[in-house]
Amino acid sequence: MRLARHFPVTTLAVAIAVAGNAHAQTEITVATVNNNDMVIMQSLTSVFEAAHPDITLNWVVLEENVLRQRMTTDIATSGGQFDVMTIGTYEVPIWAERGWLEPLDGLPDDYVVDDLLASVRDGLSLDGTLHALPFYAESSMMYYRRDLFEQAGIDMPEQPTWDQVRDWAEQLHGSEEGVAGICLRGKPGWGENMAFVSTLVNTFGGRWFDEQWKPELNSDAWVSAVQFYVDLLGNYGPPGASSNGFNENLALFSRGNCAMWVDATSAAGKLYDESESDVATNLGFAPAPVAETPKGSHWLWSWALAIPESSEHKEAAREFITWATSQEYIELVGETNGWTNVPPGTRESTYANEQYVDAAPFADFVLDAIQKADPTDSTLEPNPYIGVQFVGIPEFQSIGTQVGQSIAAALTGSSTVTQALEGAQRATERTMQRAGYIER
Amino acid sequence: MNKTRASGRTVGGLRTLTLQAPAVTLLLLWMIVPLGMTIWFSFQRYNLLMPDMTGFAGLENYEYLLTDPALWSAMGTTLLLVGWVLAITVVGGTLLAVLFQQEFAGRGIARVLAISPFFVMPTVSALVWKNMMMHPSNGVLAWLAESLGLPALDWFSSLPLTSIIIIVSWQWLPFALLILLTAMQSLDEDQVEAARMDGAGPIAIFFFITLPHLKRAISVVIMIEMIFLLTIFAEIFVTTSGGPGLATTNLAYLIYIRALLDFDVGIASAGGVIAIILANVVAIFLVRMVAKNLED
Repeated sequence: MRLARHFPVTTLAVAIAVAGNAHAQTEITVATVNNNDMVIMQSLTSVFEAAHPDITLNWVVLEENVLRQRMTTDIATSGGQFDVMTIGTYEVPIWAERGWLEPLDGLPDDYVVDDLLASVRDGLSLDGTLHALPFYAESSMMYYRRDLFEQAGIDMPEQPTWDQVRDWAEQLHGSEEGVAGICLRGKPGWGENMAFVSTLVNTFGGRWFDEQWKPELNSDAWVSAVQFYVDLLGNYGPPGASSNGFNENLALFSRGNCAMWVDATSAAGKLYDESESDVATNLGFAPAPVAETPKGSHWLWSWALAIPESSEHKEAAREFITWATSQEYIELVGETNGWTNVPPGTRESTYANEQYVDAAPFADFVLDAIQKADPTDSTLEPNPYIGVQFVGIPEFQSIGTQVGQSIAAALTGSSTVTQALEGAQRATERTMQRAGYIER
Repeated sequence: MNKTRASGRTVGGLRTLTLQAPAVTLLLLWMIVPLGMTIWFSFQRYNLLMPDMTGFAGLENYEYLLTDPALWSAMGTTLLLVGWVLAITVVGGTLLAVLFQQEFAGRGIARVLAISPFFVMPTVSALVWKNMMMHPSNGVLAWLAESLGLPALDWFSSLPLTSIIIIVSWQWLPFALLILLTAMQSLDEDQVEAARMDGAGPIAIFFFITLPHLKRAISVVIMIEMIFLLTIFAEIFVTTSGGPGLATTNLAYLIYIRALLDFDVGIASAGGVIAIILANVVAIFLVRMVAKNLED
């Protein structure tokens, strides 16, 4: 009896809900990285939803490596689990070429595409069409503790060289309790230690592949660059350097445990924020050091938002990504979270904004580094690939990770640099043969 | 009457096979479908990042895998890891079982404490060891070394495999202890008493009475641990990511690298098939050994 009496009411409620859903509510699933800027984006969900009452956001926030695995398996099998994916300069051209990403032409006028920095925009385009919108972009630079440099009487030149850096590291190592001369990435991975090591190799005059795609990992330039890295970080690095990635080094440097650190420009905002960093008042900036050539001495990367072809809510997804990468969003973050926390490196208007430039003295510096990094011409001798700190081919994830492991082994002293690079060369040759770039 | 025959082959007119069929079929499917798919993929060109490269690959995946120096290093690491952990847990477990069998104040609490590491999730215990025990600047071991005036050891880079062996042994020692302690409780006290009256010392009692008594329990511990230790993954993933170099890449981790870092399903499946073969080879020896022990 009870059931019978309630039945029509329930049916009605369901019917209304279904109708309402079809009309108004679209839920989109956004996959993103747990980096600071994305966490802020997530915290602004309510602002977006208030402005777009017909869209709700469902967040999947993961650590970079795990996220990449989830997204790659999803997109390659047309899983359709995500409507917005956070991917980088490495993936966008490769995925776009496979037709996995929705082309982003015909963007609304108020989005001002021309305001996006040219080098960043090019990195996210295939044949001139954007396939992802930049959320933030970064290059690499050197951070140092001004107080330690002053005590030791060192003047930072406009463009430091790696030889100078080694001398300073030697001088400053252990100058205070628990201070390492230099912190660098040591954790293996193509997006961890290899991002840094690639720029070091570039500036030492090396390259990943010659013009016929033959790997050159046992070349003199590689050996001297990696030997330099192993000596520098081994002698003057913090303990346990081989397991330190970007986040570990950020923590070390912001606690004052490193005299110098060469890494992503996107750390600047956090290091300059006095509530999160002990070294904010003594923070010094310099361009990434160079050796033989300035080419490819600093990288170019951007995290961008893209819509997979398999998404069923492309319109809503487009609404969201144009919102999250817009000028208006940057201003919103500036007002709610402070100007040093806005996503950097994507729009010229950010750098024209006086509030930002006043709050972030590193702004011009970062802009300059991003604009100067050229993924199409990153090595002394010509190379066939696109990318500064990576090689824009699908096989590179696997190659970079293997080589990263070998270099980590050299760093811990379980193999010599020559052994490590010979092994890396053989493994890379095998992978390239298998993929059909070079003959067996 | 069919119904009355308790041990008969038919129940209520139905042959037992008919009744078992659904369960057996389900179990077979449960096993054969994934196995068949693994074997099928291992003969395919199948890389998630290369949708255009498809088709039958013949033995190419196996050829590529078997000529890969990483595979042999991973096999060696797998066996070293299993061997050492087994040695540590069985020897340590036996000694601890004898110890915890003695009467002493607070024995119940001590037993619970000794067994508790087994109930910690592998990822959690790996994190605890990585950040609180073996960390070169924040770890307890570094603090201990420094208070003894020694330099702090960076465990995961200077002794990577040893560190993994320590963590895994810490987890599995309680399991061996638990099984062996249970077995100890069925040891005949009169026999021990008699031996003691004949003038046997504690060492003689251990070797001639306790150890032979524990033989079966020890074979069971070895067999069960072996099954789980061949597939150790979480501890490696959390602490060393298989490195430095290939120092801590075991077979399970190598398959993970091929499948989810290289996205090469073909090669990963070939690796899976090789892992199945390795597990079977190990199992054949093991089953024989255990069977022999159980007969005695």
